[in-house]
Amino acid sequence: MPFSEDLPCAPEVALSHLDHLWFQVGGTLCNLTCNHCFISCSPKNHNFGFLSLEQVQQRLEESVPLGVKEYYFTGGEPFLNPDMTAILVETLRYGPATVLTNGTVLRDDWLHTLRDAEANSLYALEFRVSIDGFSPETNDPLRGAGTFDRALRGVQKLVEFGFLPIITAARTWDIEQEAKTVEAFVNRLRAAGYARPRLKILPTLRLGAEEQRTHGYEDTERITAEMLRDYDCSQLVCEHSRIVSDRGVHVCPILIEAPDALLGATLCEASRPFALAHGACSTCYQYGAICTNPSSAVAGN
Amino acid sequence: MTRTRIACLGGIYNNYLALESALNDIRRRGVDGVYCLGDLGAFGPHPDRVFPWIAEHGVQCVQGNYDDSIGNELDNCQCGYTDPRDNHFAQISYDYTLANTSEPNRRFLRQLPREIRLELGPLRVLLCHGSPRKTNEFLWESTTPTHFLSHLAEAHQADVIAATHTGIKWQRELARGKWFVNVGVLGRPENDGTTHVWYTLLEHSTANRLQVQFVPVHYSYQRLAREMRQERLPEEFIQTIETGWWTTCLEILPSKERRRGKY
Ligand code: SF4
Ligand code: SF4
Ligand SMILES: [Fe+2]
Repeated sequence: MPFSEDLPCAPEVALSHLDHLWFQVGGTLCNLTCNHCFISCSPKNHNFGFLSLEQVQQRLEESVPLGVKEYYFTGGEPFLNPDMTAILVETLRYGPATVLTNGTVLRDDWLHTLRDAEANSLYALEFRVSIDGFSPETNDPLRGAGTFDRALRGVQKLVEFGFLPIITAARTWDIEQEAKTVEAFVNRLRAAGYARPRLKILPTLRLGAEEQRTHGYEDTERITAEMLRDYDCSQLVCEHSRIVSDRGVHVCPILIEAPDALLGATLCEASRPFALAHGACSTCYQYGAICTNPSSAVAGN
Repeated sequence: MTRTRIACLGGIYNNYLALESALNDIRRRGVDGVYCLGDLGAFGPHPDRVFPWIAEHGVQCVQGNYDDSIGNELDNCQCGYTDPRDNHFAQISYDYTLANTSEPNRRFLRQLPREIRLELGPLRVLLCHGSPRKTNEFLWESTTPTHFLSHLAEAHQADVIAATHTGIKWQRELARGKWFVNVGVLGRPENDGTTHVWYTLLEHSTANRLQVQFVPVHYSYQRLAREMRQERLPEEFIQTIETGWWTTCLEILPSKERRRGKY
């Protein structure tokens, strides 16, 4: 059980400002069953449900007086949600939208609509496509047979429609292999027709299925008040974000399944501080801004 | 003194030739004040050649992330790049600029304020570098919602917020007669395939409106490129000066801004 080991003395982090509003728009439903998925999504996991267009609309309105800066959409696979295209079109009336997808279910008619919506909006629509490693040999054992080629075709499709998807890969290789791995990946993407590939490497989170693949967090892997002294807390997602699911508003996308991470029914209720009592918090602590786009990254100063 | 018209420039990036052209142009037009929104150093050649122009024209400066770094001799520019290649090039220009900025000029940078407040007619103007809440925050046109800017204007009690830092100018009128303006940069062209750079005139006109005029600055970019080669600065930077296309710092661009460029 990843969420039963809360330490009573875990330090709290306050929300400085709600910069990033996330939506668990695809629930926990996914067409894939990756064995490193940190919330164990699958075609049968209905633990969290879809968010409807109306639910998202209501949250967008709620976000305006709070001065939210960016909107992020995740799942599960967001594009299994039948409202997904309409949700993104609506969001682009309010601000920039980023959708995290596995790239395997994208349809031309949706991309047509989204391309037009972005062209008519002041704001950017970013796609983040997750691929692991630069070949089927590294990707498919984690994500399933044939998924590398399918995701790559999704990337090609996005590029054909004029989007510049950000390819995100969980670091499933040794750090010494990083430069070589990244270079090979970039070459592969170029060969697939993506002339200026954008890449983002993420640390793996040892939760959900990933907990089985490697190992969970040790009790000692917890953030202490001592560790937060002189630490730039803006590196932590929970310092400037919240996430909406069909159950309410949670502290961050990473801990969506933890009972104590469900902070309230409204964005205001959920703006209270959160105690960093979870093992995953130590990964955030170590690697910093793992969820934001490079264009909104801010170095500590 | 009642100000009605000011000139704002930013991101000089050692480009003293563009600064000279801009200041001559500003003097010709006539303004009630000239303000630099920070980042005097970076990218170009001969950092110390910027400072005499700032002094001679009485330019009041806000401290940018680069100025904070150089002034306090930090080990990097605090631009907040996340891509290894971007960081590699940023470090080359940072090390060069730090090594070639004199101690008096570093002292000047060190004592600059983080923001300047002034009145333009009845409008409360807040000049900052990245955003009013953080010196190195990027506010791109395509990733900054209007309601977020209204929130900043409210929280910081300003009618007009002017910033620079991203390298690409833009402006937006907000609700209730407020404005946000990114005044652009003088240091390098803005990734549009042209060689000129930009500064901005802010003017209060009747009816409590702000008039924003972006002014192109032509300068001897060939001479700048020549001096950058003599100083052995990276060919990638020189290419940007000569062609108007960014070749580095690309990974921080949102997709809309990135698509407009060549790389
Ligand atoms: S990692 Fe992403 S694609 Fe894989 S099962 Fe989880 S949600 Fe689906
Ligand atoms: S997992 Fe990370 S973002 Fe979530 S509460 Fe812990 S530190 Fe904050
Ligand atoms: Fe800057």
